[in-house]
Formats: sequence, C-alpha cells, structure tokens
Amino acid sequence: MFPEFVTNVRHSRESGNPVTFSERRWIPAFAGMTVTDGIIIMKYETFNRLKLEARPEPSRVWSYCSPLLALLITVLIGVALFSALGKDPLRGLQVFFWEPIKSGYAIGELMVKATPLLLIALGLAVCFRSNVWNIGAEGQFIAGAIAAGGVALLADKGTGGWIVIAVLLAGTLGGMLWGGITALLRDRFNANEILVSLMLVYVADLLLGYLVYGPWKDPAGYNFPQTKTFEAVTQIPRLFAGSRVSIGLAVALAGVAALWVFLFRTRAGFALQVGGLAPAAARYAGFSSRSALWLALLVSGGAAGLAGALEVAGPIGQLTPYVPAGYGFAAIIVAFVGRLHPLGMVFAAILMSMFYIGGELAQSRLGLPKSLTGVFQGLLLFTLLACDTLVMYRIKARSA
Amino acid sequence: MPLALMFGYILRMAAPRLELSHITKRYPAVVANSDVSLLVQPGETHAVLGENGAGKSTLMKIIHGSVQPDAGAMQFNGAAVRVRNPQESRALGISMVFQHFSLFDTLTVAENVWLGLAKSMSLAEVTAGILAKAGAYGLDVDPSRPIFTLSVGEMQRVEIIRALLTNPQLLILDEPTSVLTPQAVGKLFAVLKRLAAEGCSILYISHKLHEIRELCDACTVLRGGKVVGNCDPRAESNASLSRMMIGAEPQVPAPRKPPAPPAGAAALSVNALDLAREDQFGVDLEGISLQVRAGEIVGIAGVSGNGQRELLYALSGEDRRARAQSIELFGKPAAKMGPGRRRKLGLHFVPEERLGRGAVPPLSLARNLLLTRKEALGRGGWIRTGVLREQAAALIAGFQVKAGGPDAAAQSLSGGNLQKFIVGREIGAGPRLLIVSQPTWGVDVGAAAQIRAQILALRDAGCAVLVVSEELDELLEMSDRLYVIAKGRLSPPVDRAVASVEQLGEWMSGLWPATAVHEAMHAY
Repeated sequence: MFPEFVTNVRHSRESGNPVTFSERRWIPAFAGMTVTDGIIIMKYETFNRLKLEARPEPSRVWSYCSPLLALLITVLIGVALFSALGKDPLRGLQVFFWEPIKSGYAIGELMVKATPLLLIALGLAVCFRSNVWNIGAEGQFIAGAIAAGGVALLADKGTGGWIVIAVLLAGTLGGMLWGGITALLRDRFNANEILVSLMLVYVADLLLGYLVYGPWKDPAGYNFPQTKTFEAVTQIPRLFAGSRVSIGLAVALAGVAALWVFLFRTRAGFALQVGGLAPAAARYAGFSSRSALWLALLVSGGAAGLAGALEVAGPIGQLTPYVPAGYGFAAIIVAFVGRLHPLGMVFAAILMSMFYIGGELAQSRLGLPKSLTGVFQGLLLFTLLACDTLVMYRIKARSA
Repeated sequence: MPLALMFGYILRMAAPRLELSHITKRYPAVVANSDVSLLVQPGETHAVLGENGAGKSTLMKIIHGSVQPDAGAMQFNGAAVRVRNPQESRALGISMVFQHFSLFDTLTVAENVWLGLAKSMSLAEVTAGILAKAGAYGLDVDPSRPIFTLSVGEMQRVEIIRALLTNPQLLILDEPTSVLTPQAVGKLFAVLKRLAAEGCSILYISHKLHEIRELCDACTVLRGGKVVGNCDPRAESNASLSRMMIGAEPQVPAPRKPPAPPAGAAALSVNALDLAREDQFGVDLEGISLQVRAGEIVGIAGVSGNGQRELLYALSGEDRRARAQSIELFGKPAAKMGPGRRRKLGLHFVPEERLGRGAVPPLSLARNLLLTRKEALGRGGWIRTGVLREQAAALIAGFQVKAGGPDAAAQSLSGGNLQKFIVGREIGAGPRLLIVSQPTWGVDVGAAAQIRAQILALRDAGCAVLVVSEELDELLEMSDRLYVIAKGRLSPPVDRAVASVEQLGEWMSGLWPATAVHEAMHAY
C-alpha cells in the first residue's frame, strides 16, 4: 500500500464555481482505491460492500467524536501492546489512565505537565489556524528558557519579588525572538517555515548546551553541565501549598480565555483564520498575509517562551541540558487533538500529560521503557488523523 | 411509402439509444430525482431543461455512472444496463462534459485527457489526437500546458476535446456554451449537429432557452427533481419554455432607462495600464485605458483567459504592482492602495470565484460578511455577533437567498444562492463603484434576472458599475457601453446602441480596426 494523494474534485464540480480558486481538499488515498466524484471506493475484497461517501457538509458530531474514537482505538492498541510485551493490559491501562488522577497530589503533577503543553498549544493553534506551520515550538521553548534563565541568574539575595515578572517577560521575549527569526526568513526570503522553525530547534538546543557546558556552568557544580540553582526569589509562586502547581496554570487558563476571545470575537482573529482557510479570500478582503505571519509566529513563540520560563523558574529551578522535554513537539499533538479550539486543547493537554506521567510510571512500576509515552502520543495523532476522515465522509453499505 | 416516412418508421422501430425509467435518487437533505423517465433516440439532440437544483446534474451523473440511483432502471441501445462507475459508462459509449471541470490541476492538458482514455495509447498519440480534434473543431488549446494555468474557458475546451476523443454514442454536455464566444458557440453547434447527423445522441443541459430552441429536437423539463414536461423545443417560445421550467412567468427585467445624459463624474479611470504577468501562464496587460462614470454600466466582453483575471486583480487592489497613476478612483491615484482602502473610497468588488475568494467555504454566512463589511464591528475590531447575525439575516431575506440562516456555512449554498449573497453583501454596502465579474456564471434564470435587476437599480441610483462577463447577451442586456478585452489589450469603447454580436465576436479575437479608435475618440 503506497500512500498517494489525489485531488478531491467534488467541491469544484458541485459548488457552482470555477475550479481555479475553488477549495481544494487533499485526502489520503491508497493504491487500490479509486476516487470518483468525491467518493473513495475501496477495492479490497473485504471492503467491497462498504464505501466512503462524501458528506454534504462536514459533520459537527464527528468533529467532536473523532478525538474520542481515536482515544478509544489508541487504548485498544495499547492493550494489544501491553499483552504483546507480556504485561497485564489492565495494569498497564491503570498506570496510564488511573494512577495520574487517583490523588490530589497526582492531579497536581498532571497539571504541572499539562501547563506548558497547553500554553504552547494555544500559540500553535494561532499558527495552524492561519496556515503558518510552526513546528519549532520546542526551539522557542528553549530560547525562552535560556532568556528566563539568564535573567534568573542575575538575581542575588537582595533581589525583590519583581524578578519573577522579569523572568517571565524575558522568557516570552526570548521565544518571540526565536519565532521572529522564522517569520523574518519566511517574510524576507520566502523560506519554508516548517524547515526553518524545525532546524532552529537544534540551534536552540546547541545554544543551551554551549551555555551550560561553558560560560554559565555552575563553578561549584562538580563540573556537571548545569547552571547554579536559581535564587529562591525567582521561584514562580505556587497556587497551593503541598502541590507543585504554579501560577503558570492560571496564566495558561487565562490564555485559553484570551485565545477564545481573539479567535471568535475580534476582527484580527477572524482575518488571521481567513488567511488559513482561504488565502484568496483573505487577499480579496485585503487582510495582510504578512502581518498574519508575524502575528502567528510572535504569539506562538511568545507562548512557548513563556512556557520555557515557567519550567526553568518553576519545577526545574536551573538550566540543564535536560530542560527540553519534548513539550514543544507534544504540543503539536495537543493542538490537533484539541481541534485547535481553546477548550478542546485543555482536555488534550491533560490527556497528553497523562501519557507523560504514565510513561514514567510504566518505567518504574512495570519495567517498560519510558519511550512508551512517545508511542502513545504518536498513536493518538495517527488514529485521530484516520478518524477525521469521518468528519468529511460517511461509511455506507454499497447498494449492489 | 415515401422514403422519408419509411426511414422514420425504421427509426421508431429501432431501440432507443437511452431509456431511463422511474429513476429516484435521495440525498440526506433532498430528493434530487423522483420517478424520472427519459427517452433519447439515436441521433437525437435532447435538451434537459431546469433551474439550478432541479436535479439535472444528478440525473446526468446517474447516466454517467458517478452516482448510483436508489431506484429505477436504465437501458442503453435496448439492453438493460447498470452503470456502476464512469469507466463502465465510457465502455458503453457515454461521454460527459461537466459544467465544472474534473481536471487535475497539476497535470498537463494531454495528461488529463490521457487519464480518461484507453490505457493502450501513448501520450504522444493522445497529444496528436488532441491537436487533430482541436484543429477540426476550432478548439484552440496547447496540450503541454498544466491545467492550473488555464482559464475557465480553456478548461472547458479541454473537457470537450476529451469527450470527443472517445467517439461517443451518447454525449452529455452540461452548460457547455457559457464560456465561448458567439462565433465559437456557432462552431460548437456545427460540431454537435454533425455529431448528431453521424448518429451520436446528445443530451444537452442548459438554461439558455434560445440555444435549446436552435439546437435540440426534443426537450425534457425538470422542476424540483420531477419531470414536469416533454416538448419539441422548436415548436415552443422562450416564454413557454420558461413557464414550464420555473412554473411561473419569468421575472421580466425592469425596463431600462438610459443613463441621464451626460453621465456623471468619472468614478474609475484606468490610464495606459501596463502590467507584467504574475505567473508564467498569465497574460500581460498592455496599455489598458478605460473609464467608468457614475450612473452608467460599462461592460467588458471577451473570452476568458485574455487578461480579465489580471485586470480585475489590479482593479480590486489584490495586485498592487501597477504605476500609482495608472488607476484612479474618484480622481485619486489608487493603484498602490490595498482592497481595504479602495473599499473605503467606495469600490466594491464581486469576484468570479465564489467559494474560496468571494466567500470562505466553511465559515458561516454571517462571518463571511466580515470580509468586506464593517457595520457589526465595535471598537478595536470587536465583533458584535448579535448585530452580525441580524445583518446577515436581513441580507438573506432582502436578496431572497435560499440558505439555512445566518449560521449556514457558505459551502452549503448552491452556486446561485451564494452569488446572490455575495452580490447582496457588496450592493448592501452602498458602493459608489461596483465591479462585478461573471455576475451570473452557473446561476439559474430566476436568480440571474434578480441579480441583473439589482445591478441596474444600483446604476439608476447613480452608482458606477463595471461588469466583466463572458456572456455577451448579458452584457448587451445590461451595459451602456462596452469594451472588449483580447490578449491583454482593451478595445476602444463602443456604445451599446450600435454594438452588434458579430462585431463584438470579431473583436474578441483581437481584431478591432485601428480606425475605430479614432471614431471612438471623437465620440467621447
């Protein structure tokens, strides 16, 4: 089965407008399928009685149900995976889906990991909705962490509480700077933002490595590649005693509200999304694609940088080569599983956070590798993309 | 027995080319065809007449095999057949030219045609075949060009050539003339008449009544998915056909009042506009000069792909590369202004492409208002959703748009209704200059008459209007003055009163006499 892409011609044919600027939708097809008038006919014997029929309009029900079905399939594959590894699947599921929520402390830890995921995903949603493919949130996260760490290292015993604000601001600006590089290269030289932003992840990673192995290394740190532990005054204030949940969670939730308002209640947010949905319509309306590009990359860079600042000045407390934990990449999945909708991404962030914690627990409790986290994250995205077919198509029995 | 009668007798005895009995097709939202029966004889040119949404396209897709009926039977040359896909219909000898094209954008003309043909042929043979058919029927097209660089008219030519290359027994044509010059329509009709004389049956879908009366010798009228009549179109009048189709007297356009002379101040003047093409298959604009004054409708005729697209991009502000002075709006140099600033000056524009340019397909009608209207915006660009929905509801009611309401997605509307919405949106803004491209492309008779009447009313209210269309009849009906665009150059203006179809058709191929320029100069 070799995947190939075919153009779905249904819209041009039925929509009553010429094809030149009509909507083109790309649908994955596989060898052995034919696409006729928007109907994919699967030629495999087993599927001979079934067909996918284009819906007159996208199904609202399935746009909500598809993530749930994807989760269900992910769980089922997980069960098979645990069985194949010789582990009790029930125990495996318990580790992933029950342990992370069974106590107040566990829920707190869940939120600690969900916070950066959510913050980054909020920014990415702005990007993806405007058709700007920022894949390098991880790099912007690192850049934010470096900038925030640099400011935090300036603090000494006598520094006031204002330093927290400075740290967060520095992180945000650092992320914006890193996102801005991608925007500049795209705007000025039409460089592909996917590649540029992705490559800049490695640049940021190397920069962090240089700093913690070199100029910023803690002289009293037994030559470990890390900065000195930040002063206590730079510690991000926590929301509750006895939990590591910080004000970062409140910031992220405020971000959810702000994004919702921006997307659905302001003309700027509308213009941005038109640019993503129908670039020709944006050009017709006079919405600038350049300002959309800059806005999207600065917002998402800033959000990722802020998440980086919250991490280093929060749970980590110093700069080490292990600051990047893959949140920037996982947030891409959060954004899509959450349907690029502010509220949806809250749930998706919690789910992905569960996978992180579940992976760690699977390592300690079941003796399974931690990379199981990545397997589950990947499975979820993969099944989601498959299930999304049902948003545009319905399965019908063929009338023979 | 006279020979002719005997032939007729034999013809009647022979099996019909195509017989549909009691075809029904239901979709989730609508019954597209209900108990439709249709009989086409060999060599017959059979019209299927109906408004948009009457079920013509679905019926044709059933014959063509791309849609399966829920009930009913089909016979081809006397044998019961079940056409499960377009390949099977092609094997039977059925070929279809779609109104909206089924071409792959990234492939060349020859490759697209090749896809639809027997696999034994080589690309070189197909290319030769295309050139042969193109030459024989005067359908000018370059086989090596990728589809995405073609204009609408050129794409249709490719579709027609593709259908002809299969040497079909039954040829289905869906609104084939909408993008052809009058001369090319004449040529196409000659081709179709020749095909029919050779024994090929033709199913001709159209809403252009005079074409049907000229070309067809039988007619089935559909309304609301049902057959409402069969007739011989040659024995009918436009009015009687129209009555059958709509079920009521057609909306007569309001009697035109000539513009109050002298026409008002120049709203738009284009002065020797030169513009190099943006992509390699575009058209360079050369020395375009035109004027549109308040209170007049100016038409630009021409076959698509002759620079209309490029000119409209420059006029709307989507392309801002022209010299600042080359486009003046209400006396202000405007070529460097974006669409937003031009809109503030009073220029509103209805583009040819409805979905994807004039409207954002998945967004609601209410949201789509925000593309060009600002009434519902509060301070700082805050969207007052209540106001927005009311505004959309008022527009839907005022322009008789058939839609689920302000929240219906733009893509859920039929072409005609979406066009009514977009035209309504731009007219409702109270423009001082309205530019409309292809106002009635693929729009049914009723909606087309309504849109034209609204544009005329706008002119009478003192608005300057520029209409770019490939339908000459439409331009002659609406315009006060006409230009013709060909190969990126614009003809001298000609008064509608003295313009003839023949003359304009000739000009469409770029052959306007140099002397006409002088006469025009004197006239204005």
